[in-house]
Amino acid sequence: MKRKLITLWRVIHTGIVNFMRNISLAVAAMAVMVVTLTIVLFSLITNATFSNTIAQITNKISVSVYLEDSTTDAQAQKLVSQLKKQPEIKKVQYLNKQQALQSYINQNSNNPNLVTAATEAGNPIPATIQVYPRDLNEIQKIKEVLTTPNNTKLQTKESPSYNGDRKQAIDNITHATNVLRKIGVVTVIVFAIICALIIFNTIQMAIFNRRDEITIMRLLGASTSYIRGPFVVESAIYGILSAVFSVLIINSAFLASSNALQASSLGLLDINYANQYFESHFLWLLTLQIAIGIIIGTVSSIIATSRYLKFKTK
Amino acid sequence: MSPALDRISIHVEPKEFVIVVGQSGAGKTTLLRLLTREERPTSGKIIIGGIDYDKLKDKDIPLLRRKIGVVFQDFKLLPNKNVFENVAFALEIVGISNHEIKHTVPKVLDIVNLKGKEKRMPRELSGGERQRVAIARAIVRQPRILIADEPTGNLDPKHAWDVIRVLEKINRYGTTVLLTTHNQEIVNKLKRRVITIQGGKVASDRANSGYKAS
Repeated sequence: MKRKLITLWRVIHTGIVNFMRNISLAVAAMAVMVVTLTIVLFSLITNATFSNTIAQITNKISVSVYLEDSTTDAQAQKLVSQLKKQPEIKKVQYLNKQQALQSYINQNSNNPNLVTAATEAGNPIPATIQVYPRDLNEIQKIKEVLTTPNNTKLQTKESPSYNGDRKQAIDNITHATNVLRKIGVVTVIVFAIICALIIFNTIQMAIFNRRDEITIMRLLGASTSYIRGPFVVESAIYGILSAVFSVLIINSAFLASSNALQASSLGLLDINYANQYFESHFLWLLTLQIAIGIIIGTVSSIIATSRYLKFKTK
Repeated sequence: MSPALDRISIHVEPKEFVIVVGQSGAGKTTLLRLLTREERPTSGKIIIGGIDYDKLKDKDIPLLRRKIGVVFQDFKLLPNKNVFENVAFALEIVGISNHEIKHTVPKVLDIVNLKGKEKRMPRELSGGERQRVAIARAIVRQPRILIADEPTGNLDPKHAWDVIRVLEKINRYGTTVLLTTHNQEIVNKLKRRVITIQGGKVASDRANSGYKAS
């Protein structure tokens, strides 16, 4: 037991000493790792930001159900509770005729002509149920509930407002958000794989430079783990430091963009949200980056050293 | 292509001091590489200290190598370790405590006249100094068998004799020494058993012999 602890300590100590003695090689390897890990971090944040943009668009989309004036309050409440039971519906908001008028006046406060027209005609605004879907893909199911014969009777001819032009708009947005989500996930995965390959190659090169060392240790009778251990420790240090640097780079990028550009968004990318996401998930992202760095670093060094640790079999 | 070694049979007793001579390319180094299991014979048997190489598994090779001290012709020092660490490495891999390492390594460095150079890196040493570090590393574990491949090849006569004296001393303590060289003067002065290899075959094997390089 004591002997194993001594060996473990020696492996870690040697790894740290080797890291410092091969600092130029370490800097070269880490430069590549920092760049790739920064790309992974950037794609993670971008993906989260796109998801948020999609969520915000989804939140703004609702289906309006206009009720005939002949519909009683009791009938309306019955329909509301029926809708509330649907799992695909996030929120149902009922406005009676009076509330619907008030909401219309509020929305058009900048346009006194419209307000006058609505109030002088003796409230032409129908009682309205606003239905907010959980997911835009579920709108079709909501429509099925609303268009049962019993429910259709309660509604005006224009209801539900999902029909017609609005249907087209909602369908387009649904399609676009679905595509964006997929692109986001695929991008993160692709960048992670590319990052892993580049880091693997870099560490392989670093170890290739020191293959003679491995051969000598082998000749002196060192065990596989005793030779490999310090290389694994060294690569783990590369991973940790590169992860920290990549987080610092993204951090300074946000500082620079908010100070210099004064921009809140770049096309679809909402910088304010991205910054907020980065700040609120800072520890999580840092841990994730360090974990990615350590895992790729150690696995790469294990694979790269195995080539020089083999015994001659023929 | 003719084999590097062809049908050779050598028996060495414990505590013997054997010199293997022969011209460059005669097969001396191949013989030693077979003993450290860097090479495998296409046929034949190797037994050292009762260990039959045929029955040796890969995982046992490090254990075998720990029992044999080797001084390589090209030193094979670890470039990223200083003198002390290079010698200590041989002890570290067998799990010797730091306390014992701090006690043993300076003694051995003293034997090879490297006291005061513990912190030097291999690149800061002369050829002779590097060779002596390699010897210190090979003897620090007090192996029962020491293999020295041309240890004087890169040294001036004075340092060459220093190295030979160290080998003789180790031999007196009970270590079997197998030395390869083509230094005629050393072979003739030592008056030990000399095995001459020529074209991969044992040309002669005589006790208290000499050697005349052709």
